[in-house]
Amino acid sequence: MKWDWGAVGDFMPQFWDGLLVTLQALALGSVISFVLGLVWALLMRAPTRWVTWPVGAVTEFVRNTPLLVQLFFLFYVLPEWGFTFSALTTGVFAIGLHYSTYTMQVYRAGIEAVPVGQWEAATALNLPVARTWRVVILPQAIRRVVPALGNYVIAMLKDTPLLMAITVLDMLGQARLFSQEHFQFTEPLTVIGVAFILISYLASLLMRALERRLVH
Amino acid sequence: MSTDIQPEQNPLDKRGTGELIRLDQVTKRFGDNTVLDHLDFSVEAGKHVTLIGPSGSGKTTILRLLMTLTKPDEGTITVDGQRLFPASDKEVREVRKKIGMVFQQFNLFPNMSVLRNITEAPVTVLGLSKDEAEARARELVDLVGLADKCDAYPAQLSGGQQQRVAIARALAMRPQVLLLDEVTSALDPELVAGVLDVLRDIARSTDITMLCVTHEMNFARDISDQVLMFDSGRIIEAGAPEKIFSEPEQDRTREFLSAVL
Repeated sequence: MKWDWGAVGDFMPQFWDGLLVTLQALALGSVISFVLGLVWALLMRAPTRWVTWPVGAVTEFVRNTPLLVQLFFLFYVLPEWGFTFSALTTGVFAIGLHYSTYTMQVYRAGIEAVPVGQWEAATALNLPVARTWRVVILPQAIRRVVPALGNYVIAMLKDTPLLMAITVLDMLGQARLFSQEHFQFTEPLTVIGVAFILISYLASLLMRALERRLVH
Repeated sequence: MSTDIQPEQNPLDKRGTGELIRLDQVTKRFGDNTVLDHLDFSVEAGKHVTLIGPSGSGKTTILRLLMTLTKPDEGTITVDGQRLFPASDKEVREVRKKIGMVFQQFNLFPNMSVLRNITEAPVTVLGLSKDEAEARARELVDLVGLADKCDAYPAQLSGGQQQRVAIARALAMRPQVLLLDEVTSALDPELVAGVLDVLRDIARSTDITMLCVTHEMNFARDISDQVLMFDSGRIIEAGAPEKIFSEPEQDRTREFLSAVL
C-alpha cells in the first residue's frame, strides 16, 4: 500500500466542504443541547407533575433510543406529517435534542450541588425567585458543569458522521464519496481521522478556556 | 455612621413603644422530634434579645421561622402587625423587607464580588439605582472594616471577613430586625473578636432590633436587653443578662452556663 500525497491534495476541496458541515453540526448541536438541556432541567423542577411527568417521559424516551433511529424518524417521517426541513437542519436538531437529554442530567447535578444556604441567603435578601435562578443559582451550577458539558461536545463530534445516514455530507460523507470515485481509501480516511482528533482537542481547549473564564 | 444603617421605616416611632415580633403557641416538628413546643414570646422594637441554650433546643428554628425559611406546624407568628403563615406572597415579601439575617456559614454569593453581594438586593428588591446602592455599600464595608476589599471575591477572604461582608449585606437592606444565627460558630477563634466588635458597634449605634443566637456569652451579656434560655423547645428562663448570667433561677440554666462559660 502506498501513501499518495496527490490523493490528499485531490481530496482537499471536498474535505473543506465536509469540515464545514461537521463544524456546523457540532456547533449548532452543542448550542441546542446546552439550551434545551437547561430547559428540561428547569422544567423537571416544576412544582406540578403535569409538567415533570411528560418532560421526564419524553426525555427518557429520547435518551434511551438510538440517535440513528431518531435521525431516520425525523428525516423520513416528519415530512409525511407536513414538516420538511433540510437534511442538515434535521440532523443538527436531532443531535441537539438527543444530547439535551444527557446535558439535562448534568445541569440537574450542578443545580443540586449549589448549597441550600445560597437559596436561603437569597430568600433572606428577598430576591425574587427568577432573579435568584439567574444571578445566584445558575451561574454557580453552570460553572460546575462546564467540564461535563465539554465531554458531551466531544461525544457529539464523534456522532456527527451518523448524519451521513440522512444524506448529509459531513467529513466522513465526503471521504466516502471521494473513495468511491477514486478508489483511494487510505488518504481521505486518514485525513478526516486527523481532523477529528484536532477538532476534539481544540474543542477541549475551548471548553477549558470557558471554564477558566467562569471561575474566579 | 449610625444614620446609614437605620431601618427604612420609622423605627423611632416604634422604639420601646410596642412589640415588633410575636410568636403565639408556635410548634415546629421535624418528624417525631418537636423542636418548638407551643412557644410564646414577643420582642419589642429596638430591643436586643439573645437566645441561649443547648444545641437542638430550637433557637435557630425561631430565626428561620421569622425569615420564612421554614413553616410552623402550629401557632401564629406576627411581625410588625402582619401575620405570617398564612400570608400572600406579597405580604411575605413585605415582611421580609423588614428582616435581615446573617448565617452561621455566611452564605455569600461566591460568583459575585463583595460590592455586588451587597448591592444586588438593594438594586433588585428596593429599586435603588446602582450608584445609590454602591454608595450605601461602600459606607457599610467601611463600617465593617473592609473598605479595601470591595472588588474581592468571597473565596479570597477569611471566614471573619466573609462574615463581616454578610453583615454589611444584611444591613444594606436597612432592616428593622437583624437575625444573627450563630454568626461566629464557623470561625477560627482568632477571627471571632473582629466580627463581634462590628456587631457591638451596630447594637450600640443603631435602633435595629436584634435577635441573636450565640454561644458567646460575654457578647450576649454586653449587647442584650433580654436573654432567653431555651431547653427542649421551650423558654425555661428569661430575664436581663445580669440576672440570667449572675443568678439564674433554674438549675438547667446554671448547668448550661457552667458548661459554656
